[in-house]
Amino acid sequence: MLNSLLRIVALARKELLAVLKDRRALLSLLVPVLVQTMVFGYAASYDLNRVPYVLWSRDQGEAATALIARFDGTGIFQRVATVERERELRAAIDDRRALLAIGIPADFTRRLAAGSSVDVQLIADGRNSNTASTALGYAQTVVGAFNAQWRAAHGESGPPARLTARAWYNPNLISRWDMVPGLIGTLTLLQTMLLAAMSVAREREQGTFDQLLVTPIRPGEIMAGKALPAMLIGIAQATGVLLVAQLWFRIPFEGSFAVLYGGLVVFVLAAVGIGLVLSALSYTMQQAMLYSFLLLMPFTLLSGLTTPIANMPRVLQDFTLIDPLRYAINIAQRVYLEGAGVKLLLPELWPLALIATVTLSAASWMFRHRLQ
Amino acid sequence: MNGEPGAVLECREVHKSFGPRAPALAGVSLAVPAGRLSALIGPDGAGKTTLMRLACGLLRAERGTLRVLGFDPAVAALRIQERVSYMPQKFGLYEDLTVRENLDLYADLHGVSADARAQRYPQLLHMTDLARFERRLAGRLSGGMKQKLGLACTLVGSPQLLLLDEPTVGVDPLSRRELWQIVSHLVREQGLTVLLSTAYLDEAERADRVIVLQAGRVLAEDVPLGIIRLAAGRTFKLTPAAPENARRLQARLLASSAVIDAVPDAGAVRCVCAQADGPPAAGLTAVAPRFEDGFMVLLRRSHAPEALTDIVLSNPPAPSSGAVIEVRDLVKRFGAFTAVDRVSFSVSQGEIFGLLGPNGAGKTTTFRMLCGLLAPSGGVLRVGGVDVARAGDAARGQLGYVAQKFSLYGPLNVRENLEFFASAYGLRGARRRERIDWAMRQFDLTRTAGAAADLPGGFKQRLAMAAALLHEPRILFLDEPTSGADALARRAFWRRISALADQGVTVVVTTHFMPEAEYCDHIVIMDSGRVLAQGTPAQVRSLAPRQGELEPTMEDAFIAVVERSRAAEAAAAGAG
Repeated sequence: MLNSLLRIVALARKELLAVLKDRRALLSLLVPVLVQTMVFGYAASYDLNRVPYVLWSRDQGEAATALIARFDGTGIFQRVATVERERELRAAIDDRRALLAIGIPADFTRRLAAGSSVDVQLIADGRNSNTASTALGYAQTVVGAFNAQWRAAHGESGPPARLTARAWYNPNLISRWDMVPGLIGTLTLLQTMLLAAMSVAREREQGTFDQLLVTPIRPGEIMAGKALPAMLIGIAQATGVLLVAQLWFRIPFEGSFAVLYGGLVVFVLAAVGIGLVLSALSYTMQQAMLYSFLLLMPFTLLSGLTTPIANMPRVLQDFTLIDPLRYAINIAQRVYLEGAGVKLLLPELWPLALIATVTLSAASWMFRHRLQ
Repeated sequence: MNGEPGAVLECREVHKSFGPRAPALAGVSLAVPAGRLSALIGPDGAGKTTLMRLACGLLRAERGTLRVLGFDPAVAALRIQERVSYMPQKFGLYEDLTVRENLDLYADLHGVSADARAQRYPQLLHMTDLARFERRLAGRLSGGMKQKLGLACTLVGSPQLLLLDEPTVGVDPLSRRELWQIVSHLVREQGLTVLLSTAYLDEAERADRVIVLQAGRVLAEDVPLGIIRLAAGRTFKLTPAAPENARRLQARLLASSAVIDAVPDAGAVRCVCAQADGPPAAGLTAVAPRFEDGFMVLLRRSHAPEALTDIVLSNPPAPSSGAVIEVRDLVKRFGAFTAVDRVSFSVSQGEIFGLLGPNGAGKTTTFRMLCGLLAPSGGVLRVGGVDVARAGDAARGQLGYVAQKFSLYGPLNVRENLEFFASAYGLRGARRRERIDWAMRQFDLTRTAGAAADLPGGFKQRLAMAAALLHEPRILFLDEPTSGADALARRAFWRRISALADQGVTVVVTTHFMPEAEYCDHIVIMDSGRVLAQGTPAQVRSLAPRQGELEPTMEDAFIAVVERSRAAEAAAAGAG
């Protein structure tokens, strides 16, 4: 037992040394994680903070001026042109100078003053549906606020029902807040799986695998010795993302580190299990890499990080159940933003543990049987 | 000799280095005469490949001038590539194409017209004896046939200069002989100029000129006879007296400062003396010098002999009687293909046992089964008294294993590699430290720093051996341990192995370097999965037909045995 443990430690130490001593390997583990966290943190955001719009106003009255001032005053809407004709408005949208066009009719102020309602025309560039609907949503909020103020100023009663919205855990609904913690899972999966998958293939390619097999080291020990360093490196990388999230993006951490790391260990075990199955299947590093990337794509798409799982067709939703990333992202986001404890996370933890058990058993079986 | 008219390839003071390591070529000047076969000889890392790649414009020299067929490869690479054919060590055959399709592909690449093809193909296929296999996939050819096809492909474009980079490496003696016949024919009959690099010294003797390259410098450029003459009057033969065998006699001779080189040869020991003033001791008979003798004299001029202490085991295996390794009717099948077909032999303690055979003969498969890396399909296999495949890790603790490419962990340094293998073999605490120190001392590794991947080949081999001996195994397995090693490293290797065997370690070694079989106590020659001959080197040598007064060499015996068996097989197939 002690001998077995010592051999596993020796193997793990050797693997770690090989990574730490190889400057390029070390850089390739650290730099992409930091760069990707930064890129995702800045680029992968659904928030619009600059909506270029074009104004076509045929009314110089008080109400029109107040409405326009509201749009300009948000800091989000930026007027890129003020046009006189509809043709010019169309041109501004067509060549993508403006995302939105606001058209105010000539009788806007007059009809409002008369107490009747009036249409404000809002045109959005639907070629990017996501952005357009977000921009329309913002515009509606602005018009809503204008309405409320107008009624109050003119002694009318307010609207009968008012919506008071409050977003918990992410009060300003900044998408970076859920995106970056989600990366803790995504980025860790890639490297952990890849490291585990390549480790055996590398030894096979370099001929050291035979050398290992003729020593008294058992296949199970080889597996453990390969799994440990991959897990350690994966957790170190998760820590890197966590640090960027807190120190750079200043996203407040609500949960407990013990719970987060506990969840990460279970997740990394599952990732290593998948990696080791791949490594038992591949004879070359190229194969191992190819298999890893082949899995990574569906894992990421089905994880729910970018698109809600509830929107997917039934079959795909079922598939997400075997995607370890789905659970990992949930755990990371919930611990990070919501401060969820172990009890709340159990529905995420047990499937992960199950995936880990199945893949690790499969890998160990394959190691014992494919090697002969 | 430089600048002689008719030189097809000329180098003057050519330098080339890769990164911070020692330069690959450090001021090389040489000339390759037209219409001749020049051999470029030297160990791995001497700069042979670099020189060839410079000559065909694949690399650029840092300094010095190069002229190939009158062109400078740095500015007229395309012109040169139209006229020069280069066959790299791993020639780019397309394994999923047939022999004919490979030829077509290279003909297309060289823009050979249909008329020229119709005339050239039959010649090439006849010359390489591949006409029968025109429709066979290249991937299904044997190693020797692949090399011949590679050669045919490089000849499709009717080049003026042919550069062959180690065409015979990893090729069995039979195919090696055929390749040489083809190349000689091209030079003699068609006046082609050939520059061929090789690590086999016996091949250099057949060339018109030899260029000896060592560590990026030209040691000698001469006709083979010129090199041989360096050893004139210094070569002798000595037959060991009864209890002493050739290996121990060799070790004794090498210990003397009067002897430059000694190798076991046909039951006796050949030695080269430092001075040419008669036999230094009684019982020595003068023999004619060979190329290798002259080569060793040349090497000794630039290299001080390695101070070699014989390995002393701190815990030699206890003597035991009976067979240490016993193999009976061993069979290995891969699907319908039988790689090893009822092989039987036994090895007793302290023996050096050699497994010889061409590529694909089944020797590696047999070897892997002995080490427990492959499960046999049938037969009895006992190593150290137990069935390795079933006995598990305890039995593996008795074995030492050195893989073909000296399997080390590249990024780790010498000590870290040793530490890892020590732990892998379950060594701990004081014993672990003691064994690692022992290995570093015995294999002269104390002064090596840096990653194992950057060590020179000889050091890698020593480190691999050291790692395999840390746990003081009773049985040592070595797979092609000397391939690519230079003559000096080979001598040092065999001396260490002999010392181990003398202390009771049983050694199993595979090789296709025939002269090395002379170091073994027993050998087995395999082909197509079967044992064709086995016995002491003398017994096996006696299977070769005697030609005049010359004692047949192991290579002659090998060729004779394999040819006889293949002829018998063909006859049986014809009858059946």
